[in-house]
Amino acid sequence: MQNIIFAAASLSIMGFLFALLLGFASKIFAVEVDERVPLVRECLPGANCGGCGYPGCDGLAAAIVAGTAPVNGCPVGGAAAAEKIGKVMGVEAASGDKMVAHVHCSGGCNAKDKTRYEGLQDCNAAMRVAGGPKECAFGCMGLGSCVNACPFDALSLVNGVAAVNAEKCVACGKCVATCPKKLIDLVPAKSVVHVNCMNRDKGPAAMKVCEVACIGCKMCERTCKFDAIHVENNVAKIDYAKCKNCKMCAKACPKGCIEPVPTPEEKEKFAAMQKAQAEKAKQAAAAKAAEAGAAE
Amino acid sequence: MSFVFPEAMGFGEIFSLAVAAILVNNYILVQFLGCCSFFGVSKKTETAVGMGMAVIFVMALASAVSWAVWYFILKPLELEYMQTIAFILVIATLVQFVEMFMKKSMPALYQALGIFLPLITTNCAVLGAAITNIDNGYSFIGSVVYGVAAGIGYTLAIVIFASIRERLDATAKCPKCFEGFPIQLIAAALLAMSFMGFSGLHLPL
Repeated sequence: MQNIIFAAASLSIMGFLFALLLGFASKIFAVEVDERVPLVRECLPGANCGGCGYPGCDGLAAAIVAGTAPVNGCPVGGAAAAEKIGKVMGVEAASGDKMVAHVHCSGGCNAKDKTRYEGLQDCNAAMRVAGGPKECAFGCMGLGSCVNACPFDALSLVNGVAAVNAEKCVACGKCVATCPKKLIDLVPAKSVVHVNCMNRDKGPAAMKVCEVACIGCKMCERTCKFDAIHVENNVAKIDYAKCKNCKMCAKACPKGCIEPVPTPEEKEKFAAMQKAQAEKAKQAAAAKAAEAGAAE
Repeated sequence: MSFVFPEAMGFGEIFSLAVAAILVNNYILVQFLGCCSFFGVSKKTETAVGMGMAVIFVMALASAVSWAVWYFILKPLELEYMQTIAFILVIATLVQFVEMFMKKSMPALYQALGIFLPLITTNCAVLGAAITNIDNGYSFIGSVVYGVAAGIGYTLAIVIFASIRERLDATAKCPKCFEGFPIQLIAAALLAMSFMGFSGLHLPL
């Protein structure tokens, strides 16, 4: 009997002492947490993707409460999360435009191979071997590092080029950081016109390595009525703030490197329209000249 | 109520004790204790190092406190049969304490360890170290050194394994049926076999 009492008593005393110790420790080491932090944290998706630039959702929640991050800081949660967080913080959420990643290359099977690459199937590794297996030094190598990097399964390889599924993409920017060729960037989701080439070589050189390379001919620049597309460093670039999605540049492009690539019929129609416009302009000029002549 | 403390140990003895705990009787790779966290936290080298540090700390403290509990409480009261329960109580308290301490002073490490910090509570390596100390009759200093050394051995194994796993995930071409956990088990087995080489070390114990 005495044994049982000893055993129970000594262990209870030990347990009581340890409990006291832990009780004091929890007071000493207490971490003060702003009560809004867990509330904000609940509004966030919890994927810990790091797309906001903070270490995980907890990091962003703390930053939002501290006021160092905007309430719409989470690109994944988008407007819905921003609104909820805004309610917690008592701020009106300025909802930004939804962005999606876009791969600016349509080379793939159209681009010539320089060598047959049999090494590690990873873009950053392939890049170290003479800049990648493609003739084009700027294009997608199609090894899918971005596909592996995407935590939302939004990327896939289509015809040897990475392609983004805009519905799944949440603009976390993981692929943007992964691509060694810097081919991916975030574009407004409502934009449909994109230049799918980053080749900064001069026209003839670009033409040699890829069938769908931008040759810097400036046809798109001349066609655009909104001053939204410009050739810089031998490659066309769209200013998404000015682009009105009229798709004229895509139709004008002789190489078909602007998305959406027009069908042959569309192209014909566009050529006819351009011709008609040119004739009209000619007639107008002639009429003007005639008028001027008559005035004299 | 008469009881004897273990004899004080010499420096040479303690040194060979430490070497034995780190290499020859490595807790994970030779004694196969603490394998759950070994596979759980070895995905990244950084978290593996963090986990190793936490284990070293907890093992050292657990060795010291459990030694004291054994020689000052359990043995005088002839409660040797309560060893397991008492030691688990000690370890659980220590882990709670370490967790609070980390949350306050090392939040990044606290986040990285996540669920595995509370899991040290049930880590058999920690309890194993505490019981080995008593079974082998080590002195107090010997016990603490043994705890630290066992923790270092754990860290060594988990860090080596984490770097192997990083290579496995990133570069190894491995058959589909072996992907993931199976290939990790094979890698761990090969690592354990390589550690068997240390059993040839003759230590004056």
